[in-house]
Amino acid sequence: MKTKQEQVGTTTQRKISRRAFLGTGAAAAAGGALVIGFTLRRHFHNVDVADEAAGKVAVGNPFDAWVHVQPDGSAELVLAQSEMGQGVYTALPMLLAEEADLDWQRVRVVQSEFSLGTGGSGSVMSNYLPLRQAGAMVRTVMIATAARQWGVAESECTTLNSEVMHARSSRRVSYGQLVPAARAMPLPNFKTVKLKDPAQFTLIGKPTQHLDIPDKCTGAARFGLDVRLPGMVYAVIARCPTFGGTPAKFDATKALAVPGVLQVFEIPAKGYRIFTAGGIAVVATSTWAAMQGRKALQITWNRGPHSTESTDMLRAQMKEALAHAPAWTSDTEGVSLDNVLASRRVESVYEFPFLAHACMEPMNITAHLREGRCEVWAPSQAADAMRSVIAKELELAESSVTVHTTLMGGGFGRRYQYDFPAEVAQIAKHVEVPVQLVWTREDDMTHDFYRPAGMRRMRGALDTHGNIVAWSDHLADVPLSYQWGEPGKRKPDGSELPGRPVYPIAQVRMGFTPIESAVPRAWWRSVETSFNGLAVECFTDELAHAAGEDPYRFRRRLLQLPEIPRVRGKDEGPPPDRNRLIAVLDLAAQMAGWGTSLGPHRGRGIACTTNYAYLAQVAEVTVENDTIRVDRLVTAVDCGQVVNPNGARSQLEGGMLFTLSSILKEAITIRDGAVEQQNFDDYSVLRMPEAPALETWFVESHAAPHGLGEAAVGLTGPAVANAIFAATGKRLRRMPFRMDESTA
Amino acid sequence: MAQFPLNVNGQSRTIEADGEMPLLWALRDLLRLTGTKYGCGIGMCGACTVHLDGTAVRSCQTTVADARGKKVVTIEGLGLERGKQVALHAVQRAWIAEQVPQCGYCQSGQIMSAAALLANKPHPTDSEIDDAMTGNICRCATYFRIRKAIHTAAQEMRA
Ligand code: FES
Ligand code: FES
Repeated sequence: MKTKQEQVGTTTQRKISRRAFLGTGAAAAAGGALVIGFTLRRHFHNVDVADEAAGKVAVGNPFDAWVHVQPDGSAELVLAQSEMGQGVYTALPMLLAEEADLDWQRVRVVQSEFSLGTGGSGSVMSNYLPLRQAGAMVRTVMIATAARQWGVAESECTTLNSEVMHARSSRRVSYGQLVPAARAMPLPNFKTVKLKDPAQFTLIGKPTQHLDIPDKCTGAARFGLDVRLPGMVYAVIARCPTFGGTPAKFDATKALAVPGVLQVFEIPAKGYRIFTAGGIAVVATSTWAAMQGRKALQITWNRGPHSTESTDMLRAQMKEALAHAPAWTSDTEGVSLDNVLASRRVESVYEFPFLAHACMEPMNITAHLREGRCEVWAPSQAADAMRSVIAKELELAESSVTVHTTLMGGGFGRRYQYDFPAEVAQIAKHVEVPVQLVWTREDDMTHDFYRPAGMRRMRGALDTHGNIVAWSDHLADVPLSYQWGEPGKRKPDGSELPGRPVYPIAQVRMGFTPIESAVPRAWWRSVETSFNGLAVECFTDELAHAAGEDPYRFRRRLLQLPEIPRVRGKDEGPPPDRNRLIAVLDLAAQMAGWGTSLGPHRGRGIACTTNYAYLAQVAEVTVENDTIRVDRLVTAVDCGQVVNPNGARSQLEGGMLFTLSSILKEAITIRDGAVEQQNFDDYSVLRMPEAPALETWFVESHAAPHGLGEAAVGLTGPAVANAIFAATGKRLRRMPFRMDESTA
Repeated sequence: MAQFPLNVNGQSRTIEADGEMPLLWALRDLLRLTGTKYGCGIGMCGACTVHLDGTAVRSCQTTVADARGKKVVTIEGLGLERGKQVALHAVQRAWIAEQVPQCGYCQSGQIMSAAALLANKPHPTDSEIDDAMTGNICRCATYFRIRKAIHTAAQEMRA
């Protein structure tokens, strides 16, 4: 590798020392393997964290992924990505195996010791090309090696199932047999290596079973909370219920009398970026004993400076903000939308609450600090960044901290955070044996980093043809940027707002007013899309009805109007392809039987999006006795090349129902500076009887693939809300939706 | 602390614990059978579901004292017959065939609930499935596939 910037390079035997840095258990086996190292670039929201992690990764090692082709013919893909149920451990090796013509039965994935962030639906998208290139390099080297041994032209050789064949002489040789000689061959340039024509794919595009599923059906899969080590102990922390509160004093006598309780001590809160509450740690011989010990603690809290904050207060501030001009506006032209000539005007206020991640597996992490080294088992979406946090807390060199990434019972953005790693480091300083920090469900619910809450005023104007001539969106929310922006450098901007609507509109104004709050916020399965997507597509529906047009026809017609010329912003990217959007709208409408009658109390709603991919969805609902039931979601998707239809479907289904749960059921509310909800009894989530039938249709395409884990998040909300309107004539705008909605 | 003889997955085990300790933590921390999961601790999520004398119960709501003398089957023991791993249970096979799990964390509980349902009702209707499974939360929302897999398993068990 001449330059560190090279995307794909080579490591052969000489570079095997890198394996020590990599530190997988496969190091010995790699000695005789053909090894190709390359770089898969991250692509996710948590950019600051990513950069920090990337900074560390780059030191002395330009690669973050490796292919090992073993002399026994098996192949390993060593990845830094983590698996959270998105199926990347299946989709990514499929890309490699396709181009390399590997025997799929003999491909394994090994997770490398450092892990990059996994999120933002980017895993398949950003790795599509590099992994195919790496696979093509394997195939090219194998062909070159075989051709040289046989003295035939490379062009006469073909590959299949980890074998090179020469048809004319009926010779064949396995990749495994070629490995020793292949290791001495020069590797082709990744930039020019010949890739397959997608029409010839045999593995990519075929529904493929996820490799990790059997273990998840037998109890064999080990999650973070399942880490069990000899002599280990368990810890819980009593945290102040109010954000920013601290223990004033505590008495541990009764706690220490609980059988099994070993130690009780205070840990301090940590500020910016780490954001822990601090509190009183209880260490015991079992999780249950630790919980019982915590119950027996007598603590007087100093409730801190934010102990009067409440949802009512925040809502009043949001309403006030929407009554005034926004603190930030995209308006540079000074044209008042009130002066735009219009035949009809529509104005509505939408509202969304704080949401918890409520990952099925509560936060937890296990650490063992001894003799100046710390070993950590972390269910983490960004293990490498966690290593820095832990090393810093323990005042150790990063090389003295090893982080093993475990399986995770859900992430949704929560497992990027540094709070639980910092806490376990604080606790490990007091404990000599391995210690597992367990968050109870109540801890997880009351000390999450929540999806922001907010309100927005949408205004639109239609001309006499029913075209949208003006659109404005003033958002007042508790922004992420005020949580994560450096203190002192925070100022309102448009970062939390959606891009321009995909429909052609001459006058578009975005406005933003931040609301201050002590409630911690962070990424939540796509964040802004979850509230922006709903507002944009519901309001479009409102405009369609104001124009007296069928909402599907309205969207379709607007998408065919000529583009309005304007200068595109620097970071806007290329405009979406409207024809691809129209195609999915048509497909969803057709498959759902749009326009046919559904009978009383029932209705259909439609929505579409170009976020992440091109998607359209039709929702069918029944509303009876004020109860909303979603019966069916019909979705059409153009996400480019589908790598694994099984995984793609599963990701979409998960995204749709996760969203459905949020718009129908979930809300975190604040009172006296603390979260009111404690557990799944007062924070309801979607359950089996509420799950609709799902039909998902993919548009066949060989275009570059798009990730899907978050694609449906901005789609299902508006489709359902629009269907509720169709069924009842009532427009719901406040989440979670209730038929007796009050906006007071 | 007292001694409790338990029968777990066909094996006799003795644990030393407070009789009030939930079976969940005895399984996970004392016997190190971690297939049974903690999700809420208040009987609201189903992640901790095990079979107690053949009935699906929430192990977070069952004390060690309650379990004394009863047959406890966990996800690790579902495919066992007379202490031997014969094959995967039909429900587990259906879960793999329908590719149900995403993160997988809730699935031990889902499978245990589904297996108990099918043991009592070999031909469950959709609404019987709703009733039996409503106590099992899946945050990855794999419900649609769970329903399919239960029908698949029912079919296979009938055949
Ligand atoms: S952990 Fe027992 S029901 Fe949730
Ligand atoms: S598969 Fe993740 S919670 Fe059910």
